[in-house]
Formats: sequence, structure tokens, C-alpha cells
Amino acid sequence: MSLSGACAIAGVYEHPTRWAPDKTEFQIMAESAKGALDDAGLTINDVDGLFGASMTMGAMGIVELAEYLNLKPTYIDGTNIGGSSFLAHVSHAAAAIHAGMCKVAIVLYGSTAASNAVAIGTGMGHGSRNPWDSFQSPYGMTTVGSYAMVAQLHMQRYGTKPEQLAEIAVTMRRHASMNPVAKMRTPITVDDVLSSRLISAPLHLLDCCIISDGGGAIVVTSTERAKDLRRKPVQILGCGESVCHQEIGAPDLLTMGARQAGELAFGMAGVQRSDIDLAMVYDSFTITVLSTLENLGFCKVGEGGDFVSGGRIGLGGELPVNLDGGGLSSNHPGMRGIFLAIEATKQLRGECGERQVANAKLAVAHGTGGTLGVAHSGATLILGVE
Amino acid sequence: MADLTHPKVHASWETRGYWEGAARGELVLQRCRACATVQHKPRGVCATCLSGDLEHFVASGRGTVYTFTVTHQNQAPPFAAACPYVMAYVQTEEGPRLLTHIVGVDPEAVQIGMAVVADFQSQERTDGEQFAVVRFRPAD
Ligand SMILES: [Zn+2]
Repeated sequence: MSLSGACAIAGVYEHPTRWAPDKTEFQIMAESAKGALDDAGLTINDVDGLFGASMTMGAMGIVELAEYLNLKPTYIDGTNIGGSSFLAHVSHAAAAIHAGMCKVAIVLYGSTAASNAVAIGTGMGHGSRNPWDSFQSPYGMTTVGSYAMVAQLHMQRYGTKPEQLAEIAVTMRRHASMNPVAKMRTPITVDDVLSSRLISAPLHLLDCCIISDGGGAIVVTSTERAKDLRRKPVQILGCGESVCHQEIGAPDLLTMGARQAGELAFGMAGVQRSDIDLAMVYDSFTITVLSTLENLGFCKVGEGGDFVSGGRIGLGGELPVNLDGGGLSSNHPGMRGIFLAIEATKQLRGECGERQVANAKLAVAHGTGGTLGVAHSGATLILGVE
Repeated sequence: MADLTHPKVHASWETRGYWEGAARGELVLQRCRACATVQHKPRGVCATCLSGDLEHFVASGRGTVYTFTVTHQNQAPPFAAACPYVMAYVQTEEGPRLLTHIVGVDPEAVQIGMAVVADFQSQERTDGEQFAVVRFRPAD
């Protein structure tokens, strides 16, 4: 039997916190685990597969997490490839369950980036004694700066306009206004984005994701078992991963991990781009959304500016993107990939109220980890309901 | 834009040739004797064929701006005082693309495709190492 459709997301939980100075990362993960297991109708005693990552978990982090939760899993995966980690965890969990190595997997994330005042996108370039980093750190390479170089190249080569990137931020904010737990809910305009201060040209403050605390959890099990649980199973139909870097044989800066990961996931699922009802894509910056949609194959590279214009990626548009408001407006605790699969799951279960995409049956979620413009990872999931 | 003194670089035996070359005013790249690939960042093996038979050579130092950003916010010292500064990728004549700064020009005048040459800032150090940071400036 093929992996496509063999496993399903049986429960999800997005921690509602956006500011948690009184909590630890593991506490947020544990509270999220409880939420997702309750959602599925399972308990912690059912869990035999543990998957997790955070911005501070080190080499033994996943073992410490198992200790914190008093778990003795038969399958352990602490893969950390940045913000896309959790989408990779979901596909690894599906593979492990399909291979019979565990039965109920939980994927966990927690972060107190905001309350610990972590400058996620700026304020970098000193302190590293790693010789490999010395090719970046003497230049004050910031996360936003690297994405800005991608945006600059896209604009110069294809005539993409700042207004088109701004419309992405405006759309995410509109979606956030319909999400009760989103951090930034007051609508903004294209002019607001363009008149916000330049952080790293051509990206303005409102082209950048926010910084928050947060966390979440996803329960994965076989589709067969999920059918007996509390919620409608959201099947894992396709998955793919990739690494993209700027080294030998340097690929074009506008080619990102989403290309390979997307092709693998769509290939496994056996569905077309035109079949997709909604997309959840990592939106660290507005350019990330545009470039991801191009690389996933929703339009050609260079056509992203037009694709995101005219309301096409908003609720009610041709391809609604990031219905929760994304990292640009809902939450961004540093590695937000887990929320892409959580919101996709809720949309496919039809639970999203005002921001619900009508008759959503098929969703794509794509996470980018690390930094577009330098080394980064990609992980794609195609999720669907019957 | 205040004059920026780049933070100290740290070298391993794999990367030392690059920084020592820069201190001599040379852009030093690595070439594989087995498959002729030119690579950057420098490393102990050829990342195309895994041969360990590598040589350093002095590149022309010429290239073009592949893309860039004028950085307006980086709160880390010493960059905070240097904003706005121009971070860029430069496409070298020999192939590798280098992350760098563009100096000696009004940030607003930098353009993709602009011809540039390597420019070196020697580091004042107390550890006995002679290293320099590689930047680029407009070609004459
Ligand atoms: Zn070679």
C-alpha cells in the first residue's frame, strides 16, 4: 500500500498564547500536546512516537522533552531544519506509522521568543566564532536582509512592484481580522505597508513577520485508526522535502526548496495545482509567499506579482492563502511551520467560522526553514478529506 | 554612513587560505585538480567530486552585483552605526557567488549588474593572525 493516504492527522491544537513570560517552551509543548490529544480523543498513554523541535532544543533536546512528558516512545525524531521542521515531522511520522514503527505520533513545538526578546530577523552579525559563519557574520547578514536580496532580484528581473508585495501583507491582515487569537487584527492598506519604515530595502516593516510566543501540536496516526476517533481524519496525501543553498553550482536565488519538495508532494498525492482549495505557506516576509507560490508551481517564476494581486490569494479568491493571518499577522514564534498544518487541518474539517474556505477538500502546506537567499530547507504536505 | 569596521573573522585550516589571501590584497578561491570545479566557501574536499586534491588560486577580483539590499536596521554593533549599508551577492568572473558589502558608493546608486572589484579591509588583531575582510567597490 502506498504512503499516500495511509496516515492522517487525527488531532491538532494551536496554543492561543502570543505572550507567555510565565511559561517555558516545554510547558507550552505539553499544554499543546494535551490540546491535540483531547481534540483527537486520545491520551498521552496512546503516544508511542515523539517528534519535536524548537529554537533552543539542542542535541539531547528531544530526549529531554521525552523526559519532561514522561514518555517512553518507540520512535523518536528531533529533526530540526528550521521553521519547516514540523511539516517534515508529519511526513516522517506518517512513514514511521506506515512502516509499523509506531502507532500514534505527536509533533510538538513551543517558543517564548517574544517574551525572551529574541530578535529573530534583525540584529545579527556578531559573536559567532564558527569559521564557516565567518563568511556571513562579518557582513551583518540579517534574516530580513537575505530575503530582501531575493525581493530585489525579483523586482529587477521581472518588474515586480512593492505594491504587489504589500498586497500580500494586506491580505494576511484581513485574514487575521477574522481570527480571534491573531496578534495583529486591525486592517491595513497597501499605503500603510509602503509608508512603514524600510528595514532592508525593498522590504518595509510591514513586509516582515511579527514576533510572538506560541506553540502547537499535531497527532498523526493511521487513517484506519483515525476513522474511529473523534474528528474527521485529514489524510496525508503527499509529502516532500528539500535543501537549497547558494554554494557550488549556485542555483538561481529565485529557485527555492519549495520546487523540489512541492514536486515530490504533488507527485505522491497525484493531484494538480488547480485541484487545491487553499494554501498555507510560510510567510516570514511577503516575498516568501510570492516566491513559494511560484516554486510550488501555482504560477511561473516571474509571474508571482500578478498572481498575488487582485484579491486572488484572499478568502473568496482563486487560491486563498494563510487563512489564519500567517506569520505576518497571527503569530510568529520563530519556527511557525506547525501552524501551517494546523490551520490547513481546521480548514479541511470546516471549523474556521468567518474565515472558512467553502467546501475545502484539498490543501497544500509548505514550510521554509532557515533563510531564503542562503541555505534553507523546504517541506511540503498535501492534505485532504474525503 | 559611518565607516564600518567589520567584526573579526575566525578561520579553520580549511578557510585560512581565503583570509590570508585577502590580507595580501588577493581574492583567493579554490579549484579542484580532479574535476576543475571552482568552489566557495573553501573546504577540505571538492563538493562536486569529493576529491581532496584542491589548490588555491588568485582570482581576478572582478565581478558584478548579482543582487543587494540597503540595510536600514541591524541593531547589532558595529552595524547599527553603519546603517544604511549595502549587503550584496557578487557574481565573480570565476563562478562563485560571494556574500559581501558594496563600499565606496552612495547606497542609492548601487544597481544589479554593476561592475565591481574586490576591496580589502585589513583587521587589527591581537592574536597574531593577518586576515582581511573582502568587500567590493565599483570598478573604474
Ligand atoms: Zn572535484
